[in-house]
Amino acid sequence: MNLQAYLVVAAALVSVGLFGALTQQSIVMLMMGLELLLNGVILGAAAFWYFLAPAGTEGQVLIVIVVTAMAIEMAAGFAVTTAIYRAKRIDMTDDAAELRG
Amino acid sequence: MITLALFVVLAATAIVAGALVFRVDSMARATFLLLLSFLAVAGLVLMTGLQYLGVVIVLMMVIEMVVMAVFMIMYMMNPAGLMTMTMFHNTRGAVAIAATVFVALAAGALVVDWPVRGGVPAPDLTMALGESLMSGQMLTMMTLGVTLFATIVGSVVLATGRGRYDRLGDDLGAAESDDRDRGGVGR
Repeated sequence: MNLQAYLVVAAALVSVGLFGALTQQSIVMLMMGLELLLNGVILGAAAFWYFLAPAGTEGQVLIVIVVTAMAIEMAAGFAVTTAIYRAKRIDMTDDAAELRG
Repeated sequence: MITLALFVVLAATAIVAGALVFRVDSMARATFLLLLSFLAVAGLVLMTGLQYLGVVIVLMMVIEMVVMAVFMIMYMMNPAGLMTMTMFHNTRGAVAIAATVFVALAAGALVVDWPVRGGVPAPDLTMALGESLMSGQMLTMMTLGVTLFATIVGSVVLATGRGRYDRLGDDLGAAESDDRDRGGVGR
């Protein structure tokens, strides 16, 4: 087991999460895709810390930041979902296209 | 040998459960598959010796997924998989993008000549993280704190249906609050 093995697994998680975030019509499922993507980032950060620079704490701090970002994404995402559902009864990404360029 | 087997099992669980999230019919099942994927990643993080962060991930994700399940019930398209329907759009394009990203990232991971491991882990990693957050990384910690507070305020504002400005006017000076139902203590 080495850095490469960890990073390939992390890359797979990021790709699956990206696929979910791009394909899902439900806003809640879209957020699950984003969470999975960040999950891969956590694994990558842990691997970089352990295999390259275990003496420092930067890798650990990065994991703390990503975990916080996941919490913020969930809270803000559900607040936006609630607001848009209350205003327009929308729970699908395809219906929320006002900002489409 | 045991470590390798554990790694393979956890990695496969993380990826397969993550992929199944977007395959199952029921959104409740999807939530718990996502939790399984998170727990497997937490296991992999624990394998690198980061006990504190691994446990934090486990605790946080269990709570987060339970909260998510509540929102699932509020906004779900397909309760308990009883109503078969497709929940995808632009699948082909997304597969192409995700596959490209995976190939690029995996190629980067395998091709790059990574530096050799420098230094040894601190004897008490949790202590080292705490000291770092309270000294050198203090700015990071403070930024996280302020961002979390802003998130609390922002999500409450977004999620509130009718706030005090709707009830009492922009200067909060209305003599009587504009409520759908009369009564209450007013102002």
